[in-house]
Amino acid sequence: MMPVILITILLAPLAGALLCGFGYRLYGERAALIIATGLLFLTAILSWIVFFAFDGGTETVRLFRFVESGSLTSDWSIRLDRLTAIMLVVVTTVSSLVHLYSFGYMHADPQWKQHESYKPRFFAYLSFFSFAMLALVTSDNLLQLFFGWEGVGVASYLLIGFYYRKPTANAAAIKAFIVNRIGDFGLALGIFALFMLTDSIHFEVIFANAPGLAGSKIGFLWMQLNAAELTALLLFIGACGKSAQLFLHTWLPDAMEGPTPVSALIHAATMVTAGVFLVCRFSPLFEFAPTALGVVAVIGAATAIFAASVGLVQNDIKRVIAYSTCSQLGYMFAAAGCGVYQAAMFHLFTHAFFKALLFLGAGSVIHAMHHEQDMRNYGGLRTRIPWTFWMMLIGTLAITGVGVPLTQFGFAGFLSKDAIVESSFAAGGGAGNFSFWMLVISALMTSFYSWRLMFLTFFGSARGDAHTHAHAHESPWTMLLPILLLAVGSVAAGVIWYPVFFGHYVQDWFGPSVFTAADNHVLEAAHYVPAWVKASPFIAMSLGLALAWLFYIRRTELPARLAAAHRPLYLFLLNKWYFDEIYEFVFVRPAKWIGRFLWQRGDLGVIDGVLHAVALGAVPFLTRLAGRIQSGFLFHYAFVMVAGAALLVAAAAILGGGGG
Amino acid sequence: MNHLLSIMLFTPLSAALITILFLRGQDEMAQLNVKMLAITATVATFLISVFVFLEFDPSSAEFQLVEDERWLFGLRYKLGIDGISILFIMLTTMLMPVTVLACWNVTHRVKEYMAAFLVLETFMIGVFCSLDLVLFYLFFEAGLIPMFLIIGVWGGRDRIYATFKFFLYTLLGSILMLIAMIGLWTISGTSDVTALLGFVVPSSEIVIAGFGIPGGLQTIMWIAFFASFAVKLPMWPVHTWLPDAHVQAPTGGSVILAAILLKMGGYGFIRFSLPMFPVASEILAPFVMWLSVIAIIYTSLVAMMQEDMKKLIAYSSVAHMGFVTLGIFAANRQGIDGAIFQMLSHGFISAALFLCVGVIYDRMHTRGIDDYGGLVVRMPVYALIFMIFTLANVGLPGTSGFVGEFLTLAGVFQYSTWIAAFAATGVILSAAYALWLFRRVVFGDLVKESLAGISDMGGREKLVFLPLVVMVLLLGIYPSLVTDVIGASVQQLVEQVAESRMQAGAVVVDG
Repeated sequence: MMPVILITILLAPLAGALLCGFGYRLYGERAALIIATGLLFLTAILSWIVFFAFDGGTETVRLFRFVESGSLTSDWSIRLDRLTAIMLVVVTTVSSLVHLYSFGYMHADPQWKQHESYKPRFFAYLSFFSFAMLALVTSDNLLQLFFGWEGVGVASYLLIGFYYRKPTANAAAIKAFIVNRIGDFGLALGIFALFMLTDSIHFEVIFANAPGLAGSKIGFLWMQLNAAELTALLLFIGACGKSAQLFLHTWLPDAMEGPTPVSALIHAATMVTAGVFLVCRFSPLFEFAPTALGVVAVIGAATAIFAASVGLVQNDIKRVIAYSTCSQLGYMFAAAGCGVYQAAMFHLFTHAFFKALLFLGAGSVIHAMHHEQDMRNYGGLRTRIPWTFWMMLIGTLAITGVGVPLTQFGFAGFLSKDAIVESSFAAGGGAGNFSFWMLVISALMTSFYSWRLMFLTFFGSARGDAHTHAHAHESPWTMLLPILLLAVGSVAAGVIWYPVFFGHYVQDWFGPSVFTAADNHVLEAAHYVPAWVKASPFIAMSLGLALAWLFYIRRTELPARLAAAHRPLYLFLLNKWYFDEIYEFVFVRPAKWIGRFLWQRGDLGVIDGVLHAVALGAVPFLTRLAGRIQSGFLFHYAFVMVAGAALLVAAAAILGGGGG
Repeated sequence: MNHLLSIMLFTPLSAALITILFLRGQDEMAQLNVKMLAITATVATFLISVFVFLEFDPSSAEFQLVEDERWLFGLRYKLGIDGISILFIMLTTMLMPVTVLACWNVTHRVKEYMAAFLVLETFMIGVFCSLDLVLFYLFFEAGLIPMFLIIGVWGGRDRIYATFKFFLYTLLGSILMLIAMIGLWTISGTSDVTALLGFVVPSSEIVIAGFGIPGGLQTIMWIAFFASFAVKLPMWPVHTWLPDAHVQAPTGGSVILAAILLKMGGYGFIRFSLPMFPVASEILAPFVMWLSVIAIIYTSLVAMMQEDMKKLIAYSSVAHMGFVTLGIFAANRQGIDGAIFQMLSHGFISAALFLCVGVIYDRMHTRGIDDYGGLVVRMPVYALIFMIFTLANVGLPGTSGFVGEFLTLAGVFQYSTWIAAFAATGVILSAAYALWLFRRVVFGDLVKESLAGISDMGGREKLVFLPLVVMVLLLGIYPSLVTDVIGASVQQLVEQVAESRMQAGAVVVDG
């Protein structure tokens, strides 16, 4: 039974994408959208069945052969273990709810003209994305993983650029694809290295060889490196691209050009967590690469605080949430880098609920405000869109980590985030301590920007266009129902699944899907950290809330005064630490300049110059010939050829008949 | 003896002769007759090639369906196929009907145009199935004549310059290859390719005027062959004929040039350079590798700045061919599998991309990127098809473009991590130029007045793209279709090359 269910889970979204994207001309738009959404809900229900029925072993269903070349072999296959089971429910749940939500959100989109059928295309892309993401998480070899990896990338590209008339959307789409490709470059080199070292791209073989890699060296570029460290780091470069970690993060905020449901599905809950999944999937390798793990933790923690700091000052509601996503992904990497992959997966799981909730809630606000996204033009919306307000409030409580300190009762984010903070303290050492402090400070910032968003949007008095405010309306049930369901998850997911993700049953539950080295005791130690460590995220959260309340409810003139007093710092944050400008200056412009130089000076100047000199100097008779008769040299060529053949024949005659 | 290969080889040529000799008149009916004959002949050739394919046993690395006859002056007419050549023949026979169909709107000297393509088809098939040096040389060089004509007669404004440039480059390579062939024949006493594959060309060092040449005779002959194949492929820095030839060529000419003629260079490396001069290939591999890496990065950057769609795709072709030479001279299983796969895949993808340009060129008579923009608004089907091939060109997994690049790089990584790392940057750059092209031509709002009335693709145009879409996706999802066929031959090639290198090494040590 299980193989049939798994195959259905994988292929139903693909069928939905094709039936919706191509079939709508046959049976109409509405039917097409319902088919795609229905198939996604079927997938989601089956995924939950698998999630609960799964017994903890590792199962593989082979479909058919993929690439085969000598010892490099791979199949299209479905591997089911605990990590896959978790990802299945995350992906399909959010995806099905986003499909449903899009019925309302994409209805009568003002970006499109009356006769344009944009909805089937949108739903087809969403379903295709879900298929690619499922192919990624169910893979049992690196090649299928790479297929899913780039497949979600292309879906993301298509959806970011969905409003293809907008130049900014097109630019953001290309940027996302190219920055992701830079990450994929690392991932691909990692795959080649693993293949060279283990003669296989199958997970099981690589995992079995991992201890051996830790003891061997590989020559890479000018260096002799530890094989496990190198391959782990190369894979992590891929993870950085996909999960928007520091230095490769610049595409994520721009990706907000896509319609809001896309941001919720791809750029919050699922695709961007693929990097975290990759690191957790390769725990058998990372466990033997302590330096690489340290890098993962440091980059994760640094991203967490960097993104949070930028999020403090952004005015676009979606960008605030985008930086928040970037920051929360940093938390997950920090956990994985500290060797507690279970905590990373826990946060991935809960984050999917509350971040999708926040995005869909923001979408509901944007929908209500006629596609206004600047929070400076919001205010006082609490009474106009009460459902949205209450749901967003739950999301905010979840992301900021509200709960009862020193117990296991609280909103989803409270449990998973605290698990990470405690793990990083327990891990200790340079990377652990760095992570701990960065993450606690980030928790304060998270609380601040999240409440800032709430206060600016729903409290105070209405700002901006009065007409828009007067016509602000609550969203239809197709939008509110998904938000409501996600809110339930944001409240309860932490409490319900704490015991299996981080508590008493964690080892049994994850089973062989996550490998922990014999000397890695961080997970246990995390439960015995001092009380002040356990309480620290809560304290940080409370401080952030208090500050946000002071700034945006109590003394609303303070933010402007502070920004004016520390203008360079404010601009630094507002301009996202100037990463885009630096990259433009260091990479984009030189590339264009070099391209033009090589073309004009290299090809047209030097190479063709030499050729012309040869043509004019050494073989003038040819050019005269060419000048006199059109394509006259053709006959010359034929002559040369025939002469050549004659020479060959002569040689044959001399050698006495050649051949045999 | 089975004459299937000869039948396949001469079917297009016979149709060309019939066209020239018996079809008269310039009116519409006569033109239609010519086109119908051409399409019938090319489809028939394709069907025959399917029979050839069915007769072929992929589990054997031997040459099959061999025909061996005496003809003029004691020369031999020897044909045969193995796992490496069969798929290039299939590529040729499959793309010819597509090309003929794509040229349906040509009205200028249709008879000669179709005849040129048909003659060209025979020559191309001949290159891939001849097993005799002289025969190979004749087909290899003769194939250029119809191509010169296609560009020179039906080409664009600067067609003479382009053809002349093409000619100059090729001439140099041809002469050197000819000399090497005579040399090879002289020392081995045979022109039979099967016999030559078993012949060991001396590789002990030769000293000329005080300069020691490692690899000796092998190296000298290798360089002579290289000159010809490198121009054909083309490799950097002898690539500048390609953008000009493409820009001036009519759509059909571009398709065949990119899809098949370029592949003769790669095929030559695999059939001659690597197995016949294994030691020289090893000595000179770093040289080829660095040229390829330069080609990938250099032409990708140049492609990014192009303003003419065809030039951009031509430069992109040079970059993609860079992967082919990388894979071949890595000389391991993944490398060569990848190189062959890349050539086949590029055959479909580049053909489709040039056809995509042709579709809008037919409507607007311009190839300038800036003359377009927002086509998706009025041409959704075109946008979809162009998108599929753009992504395939970028090497997206699930399309054929991915498999070739992936295998090649996997093979090259084992050879040198430096080369692999540099070459892999091409994957980033290709995304940049290809997606940027697509954005400027297809995305955006349709604001140009000239484009306001542009129409989407018609039935014939969709039919042209159908086989290409199917192949690009099929090979991307189930690449074993190719690797199963080439597997045995490639494995044997890799083993032989490794063995002869070992023996050569042993000889040196003994001496």
